[in-house]
Amino acid sequence: MSKAKNIYARPLDLKHGRVNMTHGSGGRASAQLIETVFSAAFDNEYLRQGNDGAVLPLPPANSRLVMSTDAHVVSPLFFPGGDIGSLSVHGTVNDVAMLGARPLWLSASFILEEGFALSDLLRIVNSMAQAAKVAGVAIVTGDTKVVERGKGDGVYISTTGVGYVQGTIAPSGNRALAGDVILLSGTIGDHGMAIMSQREDLQFESAIESDSAALHELVATMLATGADIHVLRDPTRGGLATTLNEIARQSGVGIVLNEDAIPVHPQVAAACEFLGLDPLYIANEGKLIAICAATDAEKLLNAMRAHPLAQFSALIGNVIADDACFVQMKTKLGGRRMVDWLNGDQLPRIC
Amino acid sequence: MKYVDEFRDGALAQNLATSILKEAQPNLTYRLMEFCGGHTHALSRYGLLGMLPANVQMIHGPGCPVCVLPIGRVDLAIRLALEHDVILCSYGDCLRVPASNQMSLLKAKALGGDVRMVYSALDALKIATNHPTRQVVFFAIGFETTTPPTASIIRQAKAAGLKNFSVLCNHVLTLPAMEAILTQPGGFPLQGLVGPAHVSTVIGSKPHQSITTRFQMPIVISGFEPLDLLQGILMLLRQVNEGRAEVENEFTRAVTPTGNLKAQALVDEVFEVRESFEWRGLGSLPASGLKIRAAYAEFDAELRYPDLIYANVPDHKACECGAILRGEKRPQDCKIFGTICTPDNPIGSCMVSSEGACAAHYTYGRFSESGTAKINVSGLSRLHE
Amino acid sequence: MCLAIPACIVELLPHDMARIDLDGVRKEISLSLVEDAKVGDYVIVHVGYALQLLDPEEAAQTLSLFAELASQA
Repeated sequence: MSKAKNIYARPLDLKHGRVNMTHGSGGRASAQLIETVFSAAFDNEYLRQGNDGAVLPLPPANSRLVMSTDAHVVSPLFFPGGDIGSLSVHGTVNDVAMLGARPLWLSASFILEEGFALSDLLRIVNSMAQAAKVAGVAIVTGDTKVVERGKGDGVYISTTGVGYVQGTIAPSGNRALAGDVILLSGTIGDHGMAIMSQREDLQFESAIESDSAALHELVATMLATGADIHVLRDPTRGGLATTLNEIARQSGVGIVLNEDAIPVHPQVAAACEFLGLDPLYIANEGKLIAICAATDAEKLLNAMRAHPLAQFSALIGNVIADDACFVQMKTKLGGRRMVDWLNGDQLPRIC
Repeated sequence: MKYVDEFRDGALAQNLATSILKEAQPNLTYRLMEFCGGHTHALSRYGLLGMLPANVQMIHGPGCPVCVLPIGRVDLAIRLALEHDVILCSYGDCLRVPASNQMSLLKAKALGGDVRMVYSALDALKIATNHPTRQVVFFAIGFETTTPPTASIIRQAKAAGLKNFSVLCNHVLTLPAMEAILTQPGGFPLQGLVGPAHVSTVIGSKPHQSITTRFQMPIVISGFEPLDLLQGILMLLRQVNEGRAEVENEFTRAVTPTGNLKAQALVDEVFEVRESFEWRGLGSLPASGLKIRAAYAEFDAELRYPDLIYANVPDHKACECGAILRGEKRPQDCKIFGTICTPDNPIGSCMVSSEGACAAHYTYGRFSESGTAKINVSGLSRLHE
Repeated sequence: MCLAIPACIVELLPHDMARIDLDGVRKEISLSLVEDAKVGDYVIVHVGYALQLLDPEEAAQTLSLFAELASQA
């Protein structure tokens, strides 16, 4: 580390200070912001090089490189169970994991709005650092820009993740086969309803927390059973229903779900009732679905249930042959209905 | 959820379905109309339609306030937001309704109109109180269930002396719409009506007597939970088989003969019946809508903004909503159903709200025409928990 | 139409308001359209207002009617 004197005239006021346009201009103020806030929190050997990028090792023989990217614009920035920072780390870690890969390195770019409180920024960045540490990934490169007041929503974060996938492991949305079963790792709708509960115009109190979590270790456990997992996906925006419709279309199959088997937290169910929403379409940030041959179901389910993030795993449906690629559901009543693609946005309704 | 989950019990549902099967005489066809969009939604969402025998046909009625809201009225709300710079408060249901010129309230918001979604009428009042320098207009829709809250906030606004608050009133009445359905020329015969649940908590079960007497039409007022609906259908079948035409109440836990008198009195104090009001798909119906009384005229957006003149906007030529609302055609019979007209791009009123007949069928039921609808998966592998 | 749900009054609040509970989710709603509502009563809630008190005896009777049919089926 260089022994040059501290070039900053004054320390950053992290308690009361705010982001201003000079923090994005690339000069001393930018450098100070990056050093004080980002580099300090994310500290690792790559960042300490002080370069604009990170030189990373190639995957070992018999492994392939996996990359994924996400933008995060969630509002509010802080919600029960997480914040935009931890969400962005979990989201990208999970995208890499859904390809059967072990996530290793992340990049993070920030678009900050002029006037954004430095204390909030610090809170978010520390949350990211913590999430990355727990997930065993390093944030190795990044960028910061500042936009004028009114042109941002506090902060937008973009993350890209890189990892390695071993051998012939290749879960993919187009590999579901008629006869396969569908496993779900836990309760649905938690994240989306946690966000909803913070909306000023809806105002309900509950103990609902976002399920935002890094799922790569759960995936590793599942892969270690030796089961051939055909499809792995995390049902984020648009919820379980959207994810399953995507997979059905990609694989050219149909799906029949069992409503009774789908776990929903009672408070999430109740909040949905109030607002006229369907948990099937509400976002999740710490759940996955796995599609595998029926013969692998038991051992996968056992491995999942043994993991703290997937205790309520359940077999929720079957894959069938269907040229129309419909997703159907046997309702709790014993009737049958379709589970269609999300039509428009899920808005609370009166009727 | 107490008083909810018990009324969704799967085993009891199967038994009710069996009872319906036994009650429906095989040589008869029963055409029953569920008036209320909420019932249409429940029939589809719980897969109840497939549990009924083929000779019990449910015709979907017009009891969906979003579906019957004329395009021209949404245009008024959009104009308020864009031309008068008001804070336009609306229930979520109305935000995506397509209006004239490819607009909607949501699109008006994107163009800079201050359109805000509210869960409750109270929230609109709160916004007016918190923004004394801005004009706030509440876009009020709904049948008799939703009208009392609007009446309540208008009264509160008057008591508080609010000068920046008004209501664009589109409240409509159930019984005139029922009568219109039953008197439309060329309509197919109906044998019974499933009466509206929450409307009846407000108006009571007695008013439905006028329909039963005039048209010799059995009515069973049923709750919204699936067991309520199945029980209601069973009771209707029994009435038909026994040659009775009565008003029966299945939803006794919330509906009394006289209803909620306090709410009725409040509505009567604030609103009066319009001479006529236009319903999308049904045309202009006499004495079917409400307007704000003279005593509360200062809160009537139509008076505060006199340049807001309603203009009728006809539906697309190929749209069959009128026939569908009257029970003459099914969604599948409409040429543009599912092709041009989808929930993402609704051409007609029945596709606009998730309770509309077309939207319900598209979202929950269109798979029934495919070959896979009857596949029984109980034989496929299931791990027993 | 008319999305409404039965919920339990857990607290009475000033200005004719109340806090209701549905399986742990709580909301403040208006009681201005009903009379004599008490803590412990169940009300039908629609757009932030209680529309009617739910009658527990009638509810029990309706459920037992379903069960009766079940035993006959």
